[in-house]
Amino acid sequence: MSAAAVGPRAGFGRAVAWVLLLAGGLAMILPLVFMFSTSLKDASEVYDLRLLPAHPTLDNYVTVLSDGRFLRWFANSMGVAVVVTLSNVFFDSLVGYTLAKFEFRGRYIVFLAILSTLMIPTEMLVIPWYVMARNFGWLDTYWGIMFPGMMTAFGTFLMKQFFETVPNDFLEAARVDGLNEFAIFWRIALPLVTPALSALAIFTFLSNWTAFIWPLIVTTSKELYTLPVGLSSFAVEQQIQWELIMTGAALATLPTLLVFLVLQRYIVRGVVLAGLKG
Amino acid sequence: MAGIAIQDLVKRYGATQVVHGIDLTVQDGEFVVFVGPSGCGKSTTLRMIAGLEDIDGGEIRIGDRVVNRLEPKDRNIAMVFQNYAIYPHMSVGENIAFGLYTSKLDKVAKRAKVEEVGRILGLDALLERRPSALSGGQRQRVAIGRAMVRDPAAFLFDEPLSNLDAQLRAQMRLEIKRLHQRLGATIVYVTHDQVEAMTMADRIVVMRDGRILQVGSPMDLYENPADVFTARFIGSPTMNILPAGVSGGALTLGERPVRLALAEPAPPRILVGVRPQELRVLGEGEQADLALAGIVAVVEPLGPETFVHVEIGDQLVLASAAAKNPPRVGGAVRIGADVAALKFFDAATERAL
Ligand SMILES: Nc1ncnc2c1ncn2[C@@H]1O[C@H](COP(=O)(O)OP(=O)(O)O)[C@@H](O)[C@H]1O
Ligand SMILES: [Mg+2]
Repeated sequence: MSAAAVGPRAGFGRAVAWVLLLAGGLAMILPLVFMFSTSLKDASEVYDLRLLPAHPTLDNYVTVLSDGRFLRWFANSMGVAVVVTLSNVFFDSLVGYTLAKFEFRGRYIVFLAILSTLMIPTEMLVIPWYVMARNFGWLDTYWGIMFPGMMTAFGTFLMKQFFETVPNDFLEAARVDGLNEFAIFWRIALPLVTPALSALAIFTFLSNWTAFIWPLIVTTSKELYTLPVGLSSFAVEQQIQWELIMTGAALATLPTLLVFLVLQRYIVRGVVLAGLKG
Repeated sequence: MAGIAIQDLVKRYGATQVVHGIDLTVQDGEFVVFVGPSGCGKSTTLRMIAGLEDIDGGEIRIGDRVVNRLEPKDRNIAMVFQNYAIYPHMSVGENIAFGLYTSKLDKVAKRAKVEEVGRILGLDALLERRPSALSGGQRQRVAIGRAMVRDPAAFLFDEPLSNLDAQLRAQMRLEIKRLHQRLGATIVYVTHDQVEAMTMADRIVVMRDGRILQVGSPMDLYENPADVFTARFIGSPTMNILPAGVSGGALTLGERPVRLALAEPAPPRILVGVRPQELRVLGEGEQADLALAGIVAVVEPLGPETFVHVEIGDQLVLASAAAKNPPRVGGAVRIGADVAALKFFDAATERAL
């Protein structure tokens, strides 16, 4: 392989690959760089598209962080994302485990029904969700923001696939040891799929942290806005203060980074664990 | 401890029946080994005893209780699995302590039991380790420890040594046997390896296609196999089976007729079984009750003895020779055995005569 990759043709191919990757990387990272750069600029400098601010300042951060609304939205987003994530980690794995490890009449039908909802995009679900929320009186409440995501077909599917890789011997050994079925799930099966749990947690947290359309639709009072909705309202009301929006956005990326850094460790450890069986 | 009694046990998966009415009594403290080829229903039977599979007919008793409908945890048995099934996210000590999950002992007493079991199994220095930092043999010992710590009515083992290499397997065989002697426990042990069965069992149960073919002590099965299958399955190397005719009450096989002393009249076609250890290469002019001539195909020196594959007609027969001066490959050779060493089977039914 390495011997074949030496000649001039291979060198050329590699150069092309590098250029493409570099272009892709830049395309991804430049908006982020501009976001940070703009957040350090003075309002007068915003439309001056230089990468480095002429007079870097932290004033925007002070303004945003001392604005009670921002902190409120940040807390709203955090609360919603955390609750929905915990709910998914628990319920998706419970259902996934049941589908993977128990035989019962209609199991396949249930699985198909869950899978089929994967094919319906959020945009199509928004209207039924809205009708449902209105009929139940959930409009403009935290529960209204959260309920559609409390369990997901994707998470259930993911967990089912992972639980299928857990050898039955573990569960049967626990059954002989005297654990009840919930204890087997909670104390034996769940710890064996930590990599999948971490992946599911990261994925769920991120998608809820950045969720925009549904929170925008279901909330009307500003105190209930999530961060993305709140930031966009900055744009509408105050003739677009880009430097403040970018500062808010920059602050919004922090939890994302944190979640990833913390949970990544478990992913790696989980993979090590998974390679253990005899 | 308790004995186990199985009566007319049946298991079906859908339309296919995989266990066809098994009867067996395991005495209290007895070490019984189920042996048979892969897929013959050994694990299924064991799992029915454990309560991990529902039964479709018959009765299982542990001690004096019928356990047909009891959950595994209510049967007071312990089970050791082929791939150990020790929990990777718990330390060795925690794994062993899990055997006491339902026990009412307090923390200190539990800890003491775990340490005692650790000592018995030579795991005392490893109690804080994770299973990932253990060798295969140590992992299996942890699994045995988790089973032992509870003083169950019976131990069930399902091919516990199959994942270990040959050397470790021999060592663990010895350890399990000594453990049995020490604990006096009732053990039902499943394996496809006849060496494990021969070396460990008080009694061996030979299974095939969901039925018990024969039950007996290792030597009993070795000396008096009930049929060709058991004869070939038990003992290593495999017993030679030679087809022969019968005329005038004597075998027509080899250099001269061999008188048959059977209780019943012999069937016209017979299978003659003779173990390689009993079938010796004959010296010049040496005589034997059964003597055959052939060509040496392969010579396998093993140290104390040498096995010789001999081509007789279109059949390959395994015989033994003294370690010194083994016959030459390609040369003509005569092999022979005493009539007392021969087993006779009906060629039609393959049952012993
Ligand atoms: N869950 C199951 N569903 C259908 N057939 C099974 C199942 N488990 C085992 N069998 C079948 O039952 C027979 C006996 O299996 P098993 O007891 O595992 O054999 P052994 O342990 O002797 O190798 C095999 O033919 C196997 O294919
Ligand atoms: Mg098996």
